[in-house]
Amino acid sequence: MTITADGGSPAVGTPRSKRGGGFDPTSLRRQSPRHGERVVMGVLIAAALLSVLVTVGIVLSLLLPAISFFREVSFGEFLFGTRWSPRFSGQESYGVLPLITGTAWTTLIALVIAIPFGLGAAIYLSEYAPSRVRKVLKPVLEVLAGIPSVVYGFFALTFVAPVILNDLLGLDVGTFSVLSAGLVLGIMIIPTVASLSEDAMSAVPDALRHGSMALGANKMRTTLRVVFPAAVSGIAASIVLALSRAVGETMIVALAAGTQARMVGGPTEVGQTMTGFIAQTATGESTPGTLSYNTLFAVGLLLFVITFVINMISIRLVRKFREAY
Amino acid sequence: MATIGQLATRPLKAERNGDKSPASILFLVALWVALSFAVLTLVVLLVTSFMDALPRLDGELFTNYSSQVSPETAGARAAIIGSLWVIVATAVMAIPLGIAAAIYLEEFANPLRWYNRMIEVNLQNLAAVPAIVYGMLTAGLALTIGLRRGVVLAGAIALALLILPVIIITTREALRSVPAEIRQGSLALGATPLQTVWRQTLPSAIPGIATGTILALSRALGEAAPLLLLGGLVFIRYDPNGLFSGFTTLPIQIFNWAGQPQVEFQEVAAAAIIALLGLLLLMNGLAIVIRNRYQRRW
Amino acid sequence: MISTTTTADDAPDASTSASDSSSVAAAPRPQVGASGGTDRYLPEHPTPVIECENVDIYYGAFRAVHDVSLVYGRHEITAMIGPSGCGKSTVLRSLNRMNDLIPGARVTGKISYHGQDMYGSGVDPIEVRRRIGMVFQKPNPFPKSIYDNIAYGPRVTGMKVDSMDDLVEEALRAAALWDEVKDKLKQSAYGLSGGQQQRLCIARTIAVRPEVILMDEPCSALDPIATARIEDLMEDLRKDFTIIIVTHNMQQAARVADRTAFFTAQAAEGTGDRTGQLVEFDLTSKIFSNPADRRTEDYISGRFG
Repeated sequence: MTITADGGSPAVGTPRSKRGGGFDPTSLRRQSPRHGERVVMGVLIAAALLSVLVTVGIVLSLLLPAISFFREVSFGEFLFGTRWSPRFSGQESYGVLPLITGTAWTTLIALVIAIPFGLGAAIYLSEYAPSRVRKVLKPVLEVLAGIPSVVYGFFALTFVAPVILNDLLGLDVGTFSVLSAGLVLGIMIIPTVASLSEDAMSAVPDALRHGSMALGANKMRTTLRVVFPAAVSGIAASIVLALSRAVGETMIVALAAGTQARMVGGPTEVGQTMTGFIAQTATGESTPGTLSYNTLFAVGLLLFVITFVINMISIRLVRKFREAY
Repeated sequence: MATIGQLATRPLKAERNGDKSPASILFLVALWVALSFAVLTLVVLLVTSFMDALPRLDGELFTNYSSQVSPETAGARAAIIGSLWVIVATAVMAIPLGIAAAIYLEEFANPLRWYNRMIEVNLQNLAAVPAIVYGMLTAGLALTIGLRRGVVLAGAIALALLILPVIIITTREALRSVPAEIRQGSLALGATPLQTVWRQTLPSAIPGIATGTILALSRALGEAAPLLLLGGLVFIRYDPNGLFSGFTTLPIQIFNWAGQPQVEFQEVAAAAIIALLGLLLLMNGLAIVIRNRYQRRW
Repeated sequence: MISTTTTADDAPDASTSASDSSSVAAAPRPQVGASGGTDRYLPEHPTPVIECENVDIYYGAFRAVHDVSLVYGRHEITAMIGPSGCGKSTVLRSLNRMNDLIPGARVTGKISYHGQDMYGSGVDPIEVRRRIGMVFQKPNPFPKSIYDNIAYGPRVTGMKVDSMDDLVEEALRAAALWDEVKDKLKQSAYGLSGGQQQRLCIARTIAVRPEVILMDEPCSALDPIATARIEDLMEDLRKDFTIIIVTHNMQQAARVADRTAFFTAQAAEGTGDRTGQLVEFDLTSKIFSNPADRRTEDYISGRFG
């Protein structure tokens, strides 16, 4: 051993070679094979790849029955047909537009509720609320976000429709309507809009606010003219994500919107959404391989494609916002 | 900057366009209304559910099975036990997988590589895929591997896949909050990257991971949509007792009761909602306690 | 030093290096002069432990450092100074492959440790870091007890240790921290002052017995008294370790370093990206009294940077 080799050892009194048999103090080559680490690393990578596998699995599990479905029903009839009665023996019709109008109405009503209330809450929390108030209100939003959708559905069915819509507002709606489902759906997605928008506005640097105020703008002008535009892509992302959740939500619409699939012309009408149809059909009898089973997956595929497109837009918007700050 | 801003706005406050102008006050009132709406809804929801549930908040809810013939004594015993089985099985599957994937993505994956970026985008998308789609995936999967759909294991797979992206995302956030200096200090001593994760980063991130995981599990506990695809699991009159046992869960039971016309079913549905919310409150409370007590501020 | 087995290393540098089979010419080593403040006699050419030859360092397409050739001498303190952005920290991090952790970081040219190419195939960065330890700008103790902070390195590197208690005590004594913490070894390292934390980080590094200790502006977060203690400590540690320090503080380099490398940043042709370059490397006494390059003179006299 050269003198160089035991270079640092005397500092703590024990010779370097004590580190273990065969330890070469200057070689930089791997001293032990560390097989265990490679195994663990393999497990970690496999776990990460599982998420890709899940996506592949979703696509396959939807696509295969859907392909069988489209062997029997034409694409044009499915996408543009206006009558949906897959179980009306003898007169089956597979036009998905009624389900789409149902989804469109509930989603639209939900956004009409969630955007103003969610953004209002977000602006207050981000720009106005003292930290003490924020500490109380943010958990309230978290609790609201944590309430199961089946509970919201029950709320729509037993309170919003009979008490609010009928008794309080005197509207002529029945137990089931896209209005009551959409209203409650909107309440459910308020936390999504509020908390993501608040994050976006809080991320706007204070320098911008101070700059605006230094020019003489008051708080409201600063919020609306400076903070809001600066955070706009983050806010848009929150709304788009909320839209995706509204389209994909099942339990509320299954309970409150109704089970008749017809073209929905107005908010007080009964309607069935895509998710509502899947829930209703799934709880009944459906045997794999039959047309009625495949119908389920054709609608599921459409739902997946729609939400996928919406999600991608939201992911893009978030990335744009992150790049800005 | 701050002081300049304050100095500049102070004299303006009294003027027409200051913070006391009618428009400003109206704006603030509107914000207040928006926020109060959310809070008010929460209160109304809780109060009405509780009022509806009052006649049925008794021991029978926990001891009786559901019944089609006598709704007035129907209970949620099978659903409560089924929920516990499913949630435990979900946790056993989703937590280790989620943490392992998060460790790879946050600590080892080179973000410049296209495949890692693809996994990233894929994950964000999966987190927003409708819950019911996970049920369809599981139904297809069960068919492929020959698993009976209506069993605890199938339900747990559906819910585990549903919350996996959530667990991965929150675990990554928790890992990211551990300062890079800690990792560098460990690596500079000759620790391997895995030793560094196992002995430094992961232990420091555990409170954050626990909080995120509990919240994800509470989402799974309240979720019914994916389970609807697994077959008619409603009037179960026995205690689920294993992974291959038939089952129902509280949200499924609530969904079924809520859809029945009899008032008695509405009442017992409300009572089951109170039980479900109680369970969720317990879990959320635990998450908040962990967050407040153990989360380190770096 | 508490150690009693250090006699060989306590001998003057010149005598030990004579028996070293290094690449440096075995010519008689004229004792050129005293380095800044330390009054040590140093050979003209250092006995190399680490050598950089024509090193370029890139972050992606950006060239952060260009054409650095430097020799870090055994049992010497080498300081790297220069204005911010001159690449001195980048060079330091490439010496124990800590820059591997930055995605896209790349080294060309040759950095060798005892003649082995540190970036050659078959070289394990883990082994590199076991031999070449690092102390960071901001004290970064682990969120563990003082004792566990020291024991961590020996444990993870699988060192065979007769008595961990003894090892911890020796490392803490070597870092001049023992007397201050001996009664609270089981307490959190976060309870220590900044200067104590930094000495704990040095003790932690010593405990795995590296040959080289890299220090990246180790005193920049500390007050003058804590800084002085660390500088005294470096003086002691030189007997047993090779120390390479990056500092933005010229006086510190003049006080502690045997040799000093002065770096500067130069705008590259065309791109305008500023690339770090080595301007001059010499005995500290020479750099501070009689620099060969005009830019060095300007910098140390405070005319820029």
